[in-house]
Amino acid sequence: MSFSDTIRTIYQQQLNDIREAGIFKIERFIHSEQAADIEVEFPAGATLKKVINMCANNYLGLSSHPDVIRAAHEGLERRGYGMSSVRFICGTQDIHKQLEHRMTEFLGTEDTILFPSCMDANAGVFEAILTDQDVMISDRLVHASIIDGIRLCPAMHDTFKHSNMEHLESKLQLHSDKRVKVVITDGVFSMDGDCARLDEMAALCEQYDALLFVDDSHSTGFIGKTGRGTHEKYGVVGKVDIITTTFGKALGGASGGCVSGRREIVEMCRQKARPYLFSNTIAPVVVSGVLKVMEILSASTERRDKLERNAEYWRKGLTAAGFVLREGDTPIVPVMFFNAKLSQDFSRDLYDEGIYAIGFFFPVVPKGQARIRTQISAGHEIHHLDKALDAFIKVGRKYDILGKSKQEIIDRYGM
Amino acid sequence: MSNEIKDIVLKYVIEEYVEDEDQEITYDTPLISGGIVDSFSMVSLKRFLENKYKISIPDDKATPEAFDTVNKITQLVRQFIG
Repeated sequence: MSFSDTIRTIYQQQLNDIREAGIFKIERFIHSEQAADIEVEFPAGATLKKVINMCANNYLGLSSHPDVIRAAHEGLERRGYGMSSVRFICGTQDIHKQLEHRMTEFLGTEDTILFPSCMDANAGVFEAILTDQDVMISDRLVHASIIDGIRLCPAMHDTFKHSNMEHLESKLQLHSDKRVKVVITDGVFSMDGDCARLDEMAALCEQYDALLFVDDSHSTGFIGKTGRGTHEKYGVVGKVDIITTTFGKALGGASGGCVSGRREIVEMCRQKARPYLFSNTIAPVVVSGVLKVMEILSASTERRDKLERNAEYWRKGLTAAGFVLREGDTPIVPVMFFNAKLSQDFSRDLYDEGIYAIGFFFPVVPKGQARIRTQISAGHEIHHLDKALDAFIKVGRKYDILGKSKQEIIDRYGM
Repeated sequence: MSNEIKDIVLKYVIEEYVEDEDQEITYDTPLISGGIVDSFSMVSLKRFLENKYKISIPDDKATPEAFDTVNKITQLVRQFIG
């Protein structure tokens, strides 16, 4: 079948619809390594511009750390470039097992299995461990990859209102007849930067004999006193039955993820999880880099401590300047604009001032809750944050939103 | 009986799904096609009705269309109460 004009027109029309809806995504080309200071080509063909990156998941500033790069080079030399296999045929090296042990130790779980990404971990885990006799009860704001995993699983699915423990309890009661009940949440919610109330959730799961699942992708490496994640912050290490997390954010930012938790659940994933069985093993160069990251994190909390200080400094600065922020205490600091166009215009003006921060609006966030999600890194120095703050204030004055309430911003710019 | 079911369903829908206090829900407000209830969350409503009225609604009857308004849900429940 050729790609006929009729078929081409179908796709062109769909793409036009996306453009007209104002949600057409355009990539910005970065000509440098990932860091606080980057060189960007935007729009395509424009002269390169040096900007401060305020929207990377590079929370610990390890994406281009010299020790990690060196370890990756060594891994490349000693274990080669690719494995040309899935894990269970001939794709498991000694270093894959080392990384699984390292993650188990770091997260305080019983066992760990690597996946090509955390998206794959979330897509595969539910189907591997649940049947139509079971139920999944998820927070209504969980990440899209969890939603996809839930869709692939034959178990019943229900939701509870975001972080609403009374509602969760009512759902646990409603589904008390199910064989296995799994409560599903993000550890830190990526668009709002708030944490799941894991202490209360763990207690409810114990009371109602349910498993607790946490996607800690926006937490592992820096949330909690030693950076273990939200389970450490809430004092429930060992009580979360399934943790999924990524190596694509704080832990070096390359790629890969894992499921870590109860021994039998990890083993079920090894036997049945389709993205594990049918997708390639993580490249040795990446595994070697993540092993070095874990060594750095286990030796010192210096980087997560600096990140915590930076995030507090940034949040205080924006608050004092009069921006409306989402409450929270994580390095994800959403600045609220409510109106989609305002968030896009603001982001464009920030770029002109040398600050790279992206505006998010519906359908990524609910209607009327457009925002610029700023993400702080241990790779930021105070001068980066001060320059970014000056730019936010300058552009904030232009749009006259400093010191204005949510309602005043909506009254002026609409939802 | 029918009015009683209608009010119970309406109360449940508001408590379960409506997060914006200003949003008005009537017996004929489109719930699923109107984006108030997503198809995932429909399961709790189905289970609630089954437990409350001691009925079993087969999956092929629990369609998004049959669950789209409080009036339609009430009709469906009445069918199974007999």
